[in-house]
Amino acid sequence: MISPTARPIAAEEPDSADPTGVDEAPPRQQRRPLAAPPIAALVQRKPEGAEAARVETPAVKVDIRHVNFFYGKFHALRDISIPLHDRRVTAFIGPSRCGKSTLLRILNRIYELYPGQAATGEVILDGDNILAPGLDVNRLRGKIGMVFQKPTPFPMSIHDNIAFGIRLYERVPKSELDDRVESALRRAALWDEVKNKLRDSGLSLSGGQQQRLCIARAIAIEPEVLLLDEPASALDPISTQRIEELVAELKTDYCIAIVTHNMQQAARSSDYTAFLYLGELVEFDETETIFTHPRVRRTEDYITGRFG
Amino acid sequence: MQLYERRRLTNWLVIGLSMVATAFGLLWLALVLGTLLIDGIGAVGPTLFTQMTPPPGSTGGLLNAIAGSLAMTVIATLIGTPTGILAGTFLAEYARGSRIGEAVRFVNDILLSAPSIIVGLFVYEAMVIRMGHFSAWAGAVALAIIMVPVVVRTTEDMLRLVPSPLREAAAALGAPKWKVVVMVTYRAAMQGMVTGVLLAIARISGETAPLLFTALNNQFWSSDLNAPMANLPVVIFQFAMSPYADWQVLAWGGALLITAAILLLNITARVLAAWSSFKP
Repeated sequence: MISPTARPIAAEEPDSADPTGVDEAPPRQQRRPLAAPPIAALVQRKPEGAEAARVETPAVKVDIRHVNFFYGKFHALRDISIPLHDRRVTAFIGPSRCGKSTLLRILNRIYELYPGQAATGEVILDGDNILAPGLDVNRLRGKIGMVFQKPTPFPMSIHDNIAFGIRLYERVPKSELDDRVESALRRAALWDEVKNKLRDSGLSLSGGQQQRLCIARAIAIEPEVLLLDEPASALDPISTQRIEELVAELKTDYCIAIVTHNMQQAARSSDYTAFLYLGELVEFDETETIFTHPRVRRTEDYITGRFG
Repeated sequence: MQLYERRRLTNWLVIGLSMVATAFGLLWLALVLGTLLIDGIGAVGPTLFTQMTPPPGSTGGLLNAIAGSLAMTVIATLIGTPTGILAGTFLAEYARGSRIGEAVRFVNDILLSAPSIIVGLFVYEAMVIRMGHFSAWAGAVALAIIMVPVVVRTTEDMLRLVPSPLREAAAALGAPKWKVVVMVTYRAAMQGMVTGVLLAIARISGETAPLLFTALNNQFWSSDLNAPMANLPVVIFQFAMSPYADWQVLAWGGALLITAAILLLNITARVLAAWSSFKP
C-alpha cells in the first residue's frame, strides 16, 4: 500500500512518495538498476529485425471494453479495457484485492453464481458480447475454460474427472471417450504419471498433479480461451515450473489469461501484462515493455517490489 | 512467580471440575446401560424374536412388535429421506441468502425441536380421525414428520461444507446447476448425508409418543398397514407399566433391543464419517 507522502519538503524528490516509509531510502535512480534487471532479464525477448517482421501479432480473441464490476454497492472494477490476443498469454498482476481475479471471473460469467454481483460494459468474444443478457452461459463456459487457485478435482476417479466435462457436450462411445481422456491428460503432461491408475480418486494425487488434472479437465472440452486464476500459487516450485511449461505449450492453441501474484511468473510466461491497482487498469502493454520501461511510476514501483 | 503459581492452581481447578462434570454425565449413561443389560439380558433368547406378545401369564416374545417397528421405520425413512434431502438441497444450493430460505430454515429449526407428542397429536387429527381408526400408515407418517427436519438440517450442513470452488469448477465447465449438485456436490457430501439419515433413523426408532396416537398397538401379528400395528416403544411402555412380572421382563428385553439397534446405527454412522475423512 502506498502511504501518503510523509517526506519533508526539504528533500528534493518531487515524484517519490516513498511507500516503505524508510527515510534514508537512496534516490530512485540509484536503486532501480539493483531491483529491475533480475526480473527484466526473465522477459521473453521479442524477435528483432527480420524475424520480427515474420511474427505478426495475432488477432484479438477477447476484447474487454469499458467493463465495470460491482459487489453489491462496492465498485470493484472501474472502466477496464484490455484486449486478449489469441495464442498469447496475458497476465493480470497487481496487489491483493485489486480486482485481477474479479476481472477473470467476468470472462466466463462465473460471478453470476452469487447474487448481488454485476458487471457492465462489453466483453467481445469472436464478435459477440458475452455479457449480453440472454446468452447461454453454459455454452459460453464450454468455450472458456477456467482453472482455479486451489486444485479442485471432483470427488471421482481421474478418468471420470475428465470424462465429466466431455459428457456434458457429447455422447461418445467408451473407446473414443478413453482416447479423449488420454489425449487431454497427455496435453496436460500428466498421462505418464496416472496412466496406470485412472480409476483411482482424483483426490489421491499430489497438489501439482491435481492442478494439472484440472487443466486437463478444462482443455478436454476443447475451449478457445483458458482462464488461469493463480494456478500455481498453492504449489511447490517444481510443480509451479511444470505448470508454467504447460502454459507455454498450451498457448500455441489457446488465448490464455493468467492471474498471478508472482512477478517472475508474469515476466517468464506472459506476452502481455495488465497491471491493476484498486480496481483500475494502471497500465497494459507487452510484458517486455511493462517490465523494462513501464510508463507509469506506480507500475514500476510494484514490479520492483516497492509496494504490494 | 506468585502469578505463575496462581495460574497453575486455577488450571488444575478447572481441569478437575471439568473431569468431575464429565464423570457425572457419564455416570448416568453407565447406570442406564448397566441396568438395561442386567435386567434385559434375561429376556433375550430365541423366543424373543420368534413369538408374539403374550397375554399375561404365558410365555411369548416381541416378534410382532419388532416387525411393526421395522415396517414403520422403513416406511418413514422412505418418506422422510427424499423429502429431507430435497429440502436440504434447496436450502443449501438454491436458497442461499434468500428470504424464503431463511424462513424455511427457521421453521425447520422449530420443527426440529418440536415435542414429538405434538407431532403425534397432529397426525391423530389429520389422519386417524379422518380414517376412523389407528393405522401403521399414520404411525409411519408421524415418524417421517419427525425425521424430515433432522435430515434437512444435516443435508444442508453437509452441503455447505463442500467448498464453493468445487461448485465453481463444475459450473466453469459449463455444467448446468442440477448436474453440478447431483454429480459433484452430492458426491462430495455423500458420506455426511448418509450419516445424517442414519442418525435420523436412530432418532425415530425410539419415539413412543407419536406412535401412541397413531399406530397404537396390536396384541397380534398384523401385516395390514391400514390397521393398528404393534411396535417396540409402545409395547415397552405398556408392558413396563403392567403389574405382570413376565411382561416387565419382556419390556426390559425390548428396551435392550432398541438401545442395541440405536447403538449399531450410531456406530455405522461414525464408521462412515471416519471413513470419509480418512479418504485422501
